[in-house]
Amino acid sequence: MVGITSYGAYVPLYRLSREAIAKGARGEKAIGNFDEDSLTMAVAASCDCLIGVERETVDGLYLATTTLPYKEKLGAAIVAMASDLRPDIFTADFAHSLRAGTSALMAAVDAVKAGSAKKVMVAAADCRLGIPGSAFEQNFADGGGALLIGDSDVIASIEASYSVYNEILDVWRAEGDTFVRSWEDRFSATYGYLEAMRQAVSGVMKKSGFSPADFAKVVLYTPDARRGMELAGSLGFDVKTQLQDPLFAGMGNTGAAFSLMLLVAALETAKAGERILFASYGNGSDAFVLQVTKQIGKIKARRGIKGHLEPKKVITDYKKYLTWRGLLAWEDIPGPIRFLSAPAAWREREANLRLRGVKCQVCGTIQFPPQRVCTKCHTKDKFESYRLSDKKATIFTFAMDYVTPAPDLPTVTSTIDFEGGGRLQCYLTDREPEQVKCGLPVEMSFRKIIDKEGAHIYSWKSVPVRT
Amino acid sequence: MQSIKDRVAIVGMGCTQFGELWDKDYKDLMVDACYEAFEDAGIEPKDIQAAWYGSRESGFTGAHLANALKLEYIPVSRVENFCAGGTDTFRNACYGVVSGACDIALACGVEKTKDHMGGFTMNVTTPFDRSMAEWDLPPVSQFAQLATRYFYHYGLSYEQGRRILSKISVKNHHNGTLSPKAHFHREITLEQAMNSPMISYPLNLFDACGMSDGGAAAIITTPEIAKSMRKDYILVKALALTNGGGQATLQQEYDFIHIPESVAAGKAAYEQAGIKNPREEINIAIVHDCFTITELLIYEDLEFSPRGKGPEDVEAGTFELTGKLPVNTDGGLKCFGHPLSASGLRMIYEVYKQLQGKAGPRQLKKVDLGLVHNVGGINGLFNCAVAIFGKP
Repeated sequence: MVGITSYGAYVPLYRLSREAIAKGARGEKAIGNFDEDSLTMAVAASCDCLIGVERETVDGLYLATTTLPYKEKLGAAIVAMASDLRPDIFTADFAHSLRAGTSALMAAVDAVKAGSAKKVMVAAADCRLGIPGSAFEQNFADGGGALLIGDSDVIASIEASYSVYNEILDVWRAEGDTFVRSWEDRFSATYGYLEAMRQAVSGVMKKSGFSPADFAKVVLYTPDARRGMELAGSLGFDVKTQLQDPLFAGMGNTGAAFSLMLLVAALETAKAGERILFASYGNGSDAFVLQVTKQIGKIKARRGIKGHLEPKKVITDYKKYLTWRGLLAWEDIPGPIRFLSAPAAWREREANLRLRGVKCQVCGTIQFPPQRVCTKCHTKDKFESYRLSDKKATIFTFAMDYVTPAPDLPTVTSTIDFEGGGRLQCYLTDREPEQVKCGLPVEMSFRKIIDKEGAHIYSWKSVPVRT
Repeated sequence: MQSIKDRVAIVGMGCTQFGELWDKDYKDLMVDACYEAFEDAGIEPKDIQAAWYGSRESGFTGAHLANALKLEYIPVSRVENFCAGGTDTFRNACYGVVSGACDIALACGVEKTKDHMGGFTMNVTTPFDRSMAEWDLPPVSQFAQLATRYFYHYGLSYEQGRRILSKISVKNHHNGTLSPKAHFHREITLEQAMNSPMISYPLNLFDACGMSDGGAAAIITTPEIAKSMRKDYILVKALALTNGGGQATLQQEYDFIHIPESVAAGKAAYEQAGIKNPREEINIAIVHDCFTITELLIYEDLEFSPRGKGPEDVEAGTFELTGKLPVNTDGGLKCFGHPLSASGLRMIYEVYKQLQGKAGPRQLKKVDLGLVHNVGGINGLFNCAVAIFGKP
């Protein structure tokens, strides 16, 4: 049996009130902090999905997004590294399509079915931009979802799938475009979204021999709050009882990650024996029939969608949002980045990307970054690698810089002590200045450290524990 | 291991005006500082047998000093040790004389900070780690982390902590008004200091020293030669240097309420000088007040105040010009300014002048022993230099 063995999600802490974009617009949309992008959110979703999973057992990582930071450079390698997965696994980017999330899922299912992998992580995240003030800007949101596909301990088996493609210029972004473009909505919806989704959903039901009444839940990608309901109704589903809430009130459309995130939301309330129909969109549609197993009761607690949606900080400052997304200039320090070194970044990849320190095999002292000589007992080269990215910590001391140019002042630096040992100096992000204090519980979050002149330097920051 | 006590003497010193010296380059500062020292010692540049040059940003090899002064094929070493660079330059020159490798040595520190983006703004952590993944902010956040923990550890409210730090700033601003070569000459009020704009919580504008251009120099020789040159030469009583090994971030025990590098350098220097009770025996201390919190920690680290009691001594005025142990009589880094590798030699200049009774309006009544202290770097990786001087 091949299917989903674990799931995870990530919704940024920050929400922009849609009222800030357009007067009278309702609800909130999830927005990444200035130091978040598709890669960091994919890592967060992947790490959520890895709770209770032996990381060494994962044989592949597929990244799905339409918003890769590099035009040429593998995003999946950064996500796999930061998720602290084995180096000898297959990695691939699924990009350039809203359907990338389910493209990656389809490939993962096929890889496991074919026996070339036992477990494959599908991590999807997106951070798409709509033109300021547009309906797209109101609907688009930032977030990530992750599914671990395998053939044992399956919580939802994939019983059938059906795909169609349709070539239409409905929603697109061309080379050099910052914002997503679209043709007139009624044309796009009628001949793009609605037509392709109807074909795929009908197709998968026909192929598997099920009818709408056989499903406890139908999970449908939708470009906005309304079209999904129209689609579900026209296909014979009961919108009130069967359709998964598309989360537009509090989150919004997270692009290539959206259908996966809605599926995670559905799985969070699913019961053993239930059947789920699930479909994505993007120049065609991939539709799946899922069967929930008893194993779902055994899944370890994680934040998922629910646990990420509830704790939030709503911002109403539109300027702040534009600055965070790089749409409004801020006064940066003039001049190029000094000292940037690819060899140094490569040498330090275990520390910077995996957040691996070392534990002295003689005296047991945990140290970050990795050392050659122990700080306590001075033994040379007798260390074992030690993961810090999944450990809780508390702030020992901190400072808040109000002067050095940054997209969101103050820039908080923290010295944190990990439970079980180890200390780290790092930035603290997703913080309210007034909440920062000595003793504050924090956890680690993968973020952009530098995003300038075509260089994206990633590492880990601390964040107040999200509750 | 032998103590340096009474084995080296200073026979001349020079110090340029500190400030935003847009019209001077580092060679001008070398010439101005060194020629004042030559004149003070009554020697010619050709009398110098070896030189040590301290800088972080300005003039990267000893040849630049030789070029500015037209030194004729003598050894010139460049010393770089961050904010402790000036005192370390002096220290190396002293060892040159003590070793017998030279009889008359020059130590010169010069920095043109204002040619580089208004001082040294960023890249304080990155020289140690060039992947840029570590946080990289101006030094104030490193020292602000010490203030945060100090307040927390001793239960000081933000206002109580700010009051103590502000009093240190007010003191140094007052001393700066009596110091013609200082960058800033302006009295400030306690209220101004407490309410100035935040730079890095909990430190604000008046907690931070000025970034300046400047240079200072010393002529060093043996006590025997010194005796033949002038009556009021000054003797070196101790030279100590310590460097951190990254403990602040490698060990949870590192407490951020003291700087172990300062404690160790102080202890080593006191042992060399034979000082048992620093608070009673030292008459003047010029210390590294890059930020007010640094000066507060130094009071305790150098045993001027018992641990945790620095604030009480601040309230009592112990370290003011009229107090028991005046600290930073020339305005300190706060007002004299901080051209990194020049600062240590500027501090020695003040102690030298005070010991000679030539410190003008800020001259202290009784000065037999004076101390200089520098600390630079980041938590866990500080370089700390302590030097002690006395009369023959």
